[in-house]
Amino acid sequence: MTILAKKPQSMTDKPMHYCPGCGHGIVHRLMGEAFDELNIADRVIGVAPVGCAVFADDYFTCDTVQGAHGRGPAIATGIKRCKPSAIVFSYQGDGDLASIGMAEIVHAAVRSENITVIFINNAIYGMTGGQMAPTTLVGQVATTAPKGRDPKLQGWPINMCEMLAQITGSKYLERVAVDTPQNVMKAKKAIKKAFENQVKGVGFSMVEVLSQCPTNWHASVPQALEFVRTKMMPQYPLGVFKDEGAN
Amino acid sequence: MPRIEVDANRCKACYLCVSACPKKCLGKSKTISKKGYFPAVMEHPENCIGCTMCYMMCPDVAITVIKE
Repeated sequence: MTILAKKPQSMTDKPMHYCPGCGHGIVHRLMGEAFDELNIADRVIGVAPVGCAVFADDYFTCDTVQGAHGRGPAIATGIKRCKPSAIVFSYQGDGDLASIGMAEIVHAAVRSENITVIFINNAIYGMTGGQMAPTTLVGQVATTAPKGRDPKLQGWPINMCEMLAQITGSKYLERVAVDTPQNVMKAKKAIKKAFENQVKGVGFSMVEVLSQCPTNWHASVPQALEFVRTKMMPQYPLGVFKDEGAN
Repeated sequence: MPRIEVDANRCKACYLCVSACPKKCLGKSKTISKKGYFPAVMEHPENCIGCTMCYMMCPDVAITVIKE
């Protein structure tokens, strides 16, 4: 009997609290697999965000810090500088990273901190009940934009990968999605590479994951996947925006 | 022959695995789980090719793929 695929060893047995069909669970699993495959599970230290993933510490066997809203990259910087042998990641949502934590993420990239940032972009504030996020699409309905986001009133969505690619200190930026098995495989490669970069000491690496939020988009799971493909991908194209790991 | 095990205590019935399966092996259970969901179940084990696509899409890491 051979086991072809099972829950990674660096994940705990606790069932996850995320809504049915949410992309967070898939990304957690990909991170667990990356820890196992790179054999770094015993020296990983994570920073959990404020947002849906606030309980991420329950699901990984590694040590975890739960940071103040948006300050993940700053905390990760502190941990990495005090303990350079640790592999430090900051796991953040779009409300956390692109709104209140904008300064921290930009300056962590400017300093090219040798940390890995996993950025979950679901175009809405999930935990607090579906308010408009900086990444909410034009026309997308949210509780604080009941008629849809109007650029004249609320501006346009932020493309974090494109923005951080302008900064010399950022070394690896890729945007992936988790809507199909093919895209999940690409996401796995990207997440593994982001952690590999940290092991090699390349510098600031960030993977942006387009994730579905069926609950706050008020959609069924198949409709949510369709929304990712037809609405999010035109605004947030997938691909590698920067890869200076080899240099 | 490959087969899968679905942990009914983790499954939240999003059925991402059901739509991901290229051989249409998976279906919805008729019985309710402890959590109050109708978990995914293997309906046609003879068609399973062990591609692990159900495992890849499962957000709750409820699926184990085993090859006998």
